[in-house]
Amino acid sequence: MSSSTPLIEMQNIQKHFGSVIALAGVSVGVYPGECHCLLGDNGAGKSTFIKTMSGVHKPTSGSILFEGQPMHFADPRDAIAAGIATVHQHLAMIPLMSVSRNFFMGNEPVRKIGPLKMFDHDYANRITMEEMRKMGINLRGPDQAVGTLSGGERQTVAIARAVHFGAKVLILDEPTSALGVRQTSNVLVTIDKVRKQGVAVVFITHNVRHALAVGDRFTVLNRGQTLGTAKRGEISAEELQDLMAGGQELATLEGSLGGTV
Amino acid sequence: MSDAHTQIAGDERIKHRSRFREALIRPELGGIIGTAIVFFMFLIFAGDSGMFNSQGILNWSQISAQFVIIAVGACLLMIAGEFDLSVGSMIGFAGMLIAIFSVTLGWPVWMAIITTFVVALAIGALNGYIVVRTGLPSFIVTLAFLFILRGFAIYLPQTIERKTIIGGVADAAEGDWLAAVFGGKILTGLFQWLGDNGWIAVFERGTRKGQPVVDGLPMLIVWALLLVVVGHFILTKTRFGNWIFAAGGDAEAARNSGVPVNRVKILMFMFTAFCATVFATCQVMEFGSAGSDRGLLKEFEAIIAVVIGGALLTGGYGSVIGAALGALIFGVVQQGLFFAGVESSLFRVFLGVILLCAVILNTYIRRLITGER
Ligand SMILES: Nc1ncnc2c1ncn2[C@@H]1O[C@H](COP(=O)(O)OP(=O)(O)O)[C@@H](O)[C@H]1O
Ligand SMILES: [Mg+2]
Repeated sequence: MSSSTPLIEMQNIQKHFGSVIALAGVSVGVYPGECHCLLGDNGAGKSTFIKTMSGVHKPTSGSILFEGQPMHFADPRDAIAAGIATVHQHLAMIPLMSVSRNFFMGNEPVRKIGPLKMFDHDYANRITMEEMRKMGINLRGPDQAVGTLSGGERQTVAIARAVHFGAKVLILDEPTSALGVRQTSNVLVTIDKVRKQGVAVVFITHNVRHALAVGDRFTVLNRGQTLGTAKRGEISAEELQDLMAGGQELATLEGSLGGTV
Repeated sequence: MSDAHTQIAGDERIKHRSRFREALIRPELGGIIGTAIVFFMFLIFAGDSGMFNSQGILNWSQISAQFVIIAVGACLLMIAGEFDLSVGSMIGFAGMLIAIFSVTLGWPVWMAIITTFVVALAIGALNGYIVVRTGLPSFIVTLAFLFILRGFAIYLPQTIERKTIIGGVADAAEGDWLAAVFGGKILTGLFQWLGDNGWIAVFERGTRKGQPVVDGLPMLIVWALLLVVVGHFILTKTRFGNWIFAAGGDAEAARNSGVPVNRVKILMFMFTAFCATVFATCQVMEFGSAGSDRGLLKEFEAIIAVVIGGALLTGGYGSVIGAALGALIFGVVQQGLFFAGVESSLFRVFLGVILLCAVILNTYIRRLITGER
């Protein structure tokens, strides 16, 4: 938390899908260099919220300030151009293609030889290897197919790609939900590295332990509403768990399960 | 916990994959091995049949070149995740257009050829547009065009000339600059020189005494080589090539990363139509006529060549060089069986068998790449 003004500030965001009120006025600010965890049960509105942040949805009401300026994203490309990168719940990686081709997909570096514009493979390969090494992944080679990477490594490639292309805000929608124990810790380590580079990370999860492992601040969503934002150290795992489930109900549930949830 | 454990073990296995296995995972592998085997076999069984003298080589090179031309188009389209079943019909239709424009309407041949290319590219674009707009499988959309174009290739000459073959293109093409680009020969000086030195056969008697029997490199072969070089370059060395792989690998993921998937696919349909029209134009110039039934089944032969060349039917993976080798195998075997005096219907048996082998090999390779699944 190196800065006093948020990089992106979502103010009183509402989003209605017909009669469904997915978001009923959510306010969240994300600072550079922080990992802001967005917690909530399935259907709480987490994905909807970050989709308004990344230009997929237009909010029904409320405003978005980016670096202090009001922003109106017409589509995701606007948000990407502004520096908001999103790694969606379903990854944007192509298993049959090499890591390097995936890394630069849609952003291929070109080198001009006379009138010919060529894909600069040397540059792409070098950068890919470098960025992967920084993230702690030792590739056999830049031409290794993404299909041979584990789920955690794929998430890491996607994150590294977003950071390399200048993301100021990196949104990760449930990056750990489909991963095993070791892969999850790899992704959490990656998040930590990215945050230390000054990127504002929005980390969505419904796993309290994952959130507490890397989070600086925690916002809990429940049925489209925030129940407040807490700083690291101010809140315990049990309290977060309670907030996610809407307090009272889980307290009763937990009693009968002996505090194992 | 056991989950994490097997994952670690899995990683270790991947990291220590041998160089040999590494070399194995190339789309061209099947094509290279197949080509080697085929040449080896025919050198043994048909080595002294004239298959490897200048005329013999020209003979199977021309047949192979025809396959190569359509295989390059089919290859890039398949890697982009689509099929075109209308290639064969497009060959018949485009050839017929050239004949009707130049002979029936009496246009200059260059104008007939250019107009035909424009029409063919428009039809290719229409194919692609329908596929990306409707989201229907290209298999069905282009199957419709297989019938539509073949129907016109028969209907047009029937109605206009009351026959299914239109001749006289050769006379019309006499001295035409663009016709020579498809039907001419180059390097005639080199071939004369080779003949003069006794390295290739020359006519022993008659009006052409002293001239080489093979007197130049047909433009058909030049086109085939050109398309392979250009196709390979675009696919592997350009940004657009990366988009082709991405569009076929996972269209949704590609779109999320900013790849203009629809544009890529439509352009590939147009390129396939372009290749079919090159084939048709060369054929019409060679025969001097267009026939309603030209190009029958060519779409399948092109797809088989591409699959032998290592491309996956599901898209996102393949090689132009591989497809060209697949086409070479085709041409050599088809003509080689003839030289070896084997019943030619066995060619079809060979096709079926090699297709099956290739698909099984490709599936195996795909598993290697994407991890066992
Ligand atoms: N495009 C949409 N149309 C209609 N309802 C939607 C749409 N997207 C999300 N919703 C609804 O909004 C609510 C929140 O969904 P979502 O944001 O995906 O939750 P989460 O990501 O927290 O699991 C759900 O009730 C869901 O059904
Ligand atoms: Mg979600």
